[in-house]
Amino acid sequence: MNIEPIVFYLFSAILLIAALRVITARNPVHAALWLVLAFFTAASIWMLLRAEFLAIVLVLVYVGAVMVLFLFVVMMLDINLDRLREGFWSYLPLGLGVGVLMVVEMVLVLGGKYFGAEHMPNPADPGAGYSNTKELGRLLYTDYVFPFELAAVILLVAIVAAIALTLRGRKDSKHQIPAEQIAVKRADRVRLISMPSEKKEN
Amino acid sequence: MDVLGMYAKIIAIGLEFTQGLFGPELGAAIFTLVKTSVLIMLIVAPLLGAVAYLTLLERKVIGYMQVRIGPNRVGPLGLLQPIADGVKLVFKEIIIPSGADKILFVLAPVITLTVAMAAWAVVPFSPKVVLADVNAGLLYIMAITSMGVYGIIVAGWASNSKYAFLGAMRAAAQIVSYEIAMGFALVCVLLVSQSLNLTDIVSGQEKGYFADMGLNFLSWNWLPLAPMLLVYFISGVAETQRAPFDMAVGESEIVGFHVEYSGMLFGVFSMGEYANMILVAFLTTIMFFGGWAAPIDSTVFNAIPGFLWLFGKVLCVLILFLWFRATFPRYRYDQIMRLGWKVFIPLTIVWLVLIAAWMQTPFSIWK
Repeated sequence: MNIEPIVFYLFSAILLIAALRVITARNPVHAALWLVLAFFTAASIWMLLRAEFLAIVLVLVYVGAVMVLFLFVVMMLDINLDRLREGFWSYLPLGLGVGVLMVVEMVLVLGGKYFGAEHMPNPADPGAGYSNTKELGRLLYTDYVFPFELAAVILLVAIVAAIALTLRGRKDSKHQIPAEQIAVKRADRVRLISMPSEKKEN
Repeated sequence: MDVLGMYAKIIAIGLEFTQGLFGPELGAAIFTLVKTSVLIMLIVAPLLGAVAYLTLLERKVIGYMQVRIGPNRVGPLGLLQPIADGVKLVFKEIIIPSGADKILFVLAPVITLTVAMAAWAVVPFSPKVVLADVNAGLLYIMAITSMGVYGIIVAGWASNSKYAFLGAMRAAAQIVSYEIAMGFALVCVLLVSQSLNLTDIVSGQEKGYFADMGLNFLSWNWLPLAPMLLVYFISGVAETQRAPFDMAVGESEIVGFHVEYSGMLFGVFSMGEYANMILVAFLTTIMFFGGWAAPIDSTVFNAIPGFLWLFGKVLCVLILFLWFRATFPRYRYDQIMRLGWKVFIPLTIVWLVLIAAWMQTPFSIWK
């Protein structure tokens, strides 16, 4: 009896329940938290496939960064649940269409004889000393170095564009410049005036 | 006495016994489960003890720094104080605010503590003693600790209180900001060690020009990566929400994410905070101070077992945490953000490029 399928089905069940709750949960914050669970479980399944680097990066990037910002936004929005559910019936045909299309695509890939997914052999066990990270890094920085750098540049452009779009030089905001505060001299702030003592009137 | 040999023997006997009971494959699976659970308990139980006594150490050390005695009423020298604190917390009433999301309210501290414990799976205690000797250990730690922020956000939101929510937003923004600088500092470490495995990172520091002369401590990462050590440690203090970055417990502006928590639920948050402190201390020691290596290669120093060196160094780093708290005034929130984004992140990026370029020159010391 192999233990791996049991673990796989356990994780899959958790993943399916979490994914289902993402779309059925009434509270958007709950939905986002279920999505976090779904990501984490998906990472566990990748770990079962010995893709340790990708699994950990999935947790690091999606769970640790993307979903945190997502939660920030969802929590701060004043979401009216009734208004949110208003358009349900009008969007249903479109949603159903997209869903059916995705199922058909998946069936084609997994079941069709042209893709031959069922004939793909399992990846061989690379042994204990095998470093997933090192192999991936070697591939990225040798064979795929140009696509990789291209992607990096595109991301940089996206960052700069996003900042440029939202950056407004506000004149009325008050802020300190610590370098100037530290560089300040006594003479800049204090003025000693020699003044003769005055007599009290009357 | 050879401890590792004895451990291997016990494992072999246990495996044979379980396989005799349940058959070869199921027996092996059950045995792995039991063995891992026992090993986890062997890490978590002392860790919780350390957390409890770190609180006592903190009060004692800060007490002496402020010319007081510190707790000395419960037990000899106040040694039972953490137990008294624990009993008090357990028997305090837990008040759940009306309108709070009850499940998430209780879940939030659990998330915090779970994440603080889970990171310990890959922390090595000596060359062979580690629960999971995984290749991507450093990455795993970064991923797991990055999840700690959920405890805070969920706590703030589930409390159904504006103050808790504002506090959670502040704390979460602070943690997310300092994570970037921390990550870049660790990238420098993995660059010079050329490994993500924590055991390899330690053994990588044991060789070099100075180590050949017997002066091990000059070959450790703290010297060539000194700015990164500063960035990492200060970011570590900010990540664990310790003074001077402890906005959550600021007396003048009580808008911490845990204002609505009382009793043991609050206690669990505290335990998570202290466990994270110990984790940061361990990681600082492992990444920058040679882990279990003796500072000087001499027979006297080498006779002391490695884990004692490790624990000694960790204790020094922890005392530094407490010293900070007794020394520095609290940062203002905009100053915290400025330090993270405008000072640490540019510094780490420059140093990362510098180290990478240095490693390509003939003067590279990491060959």
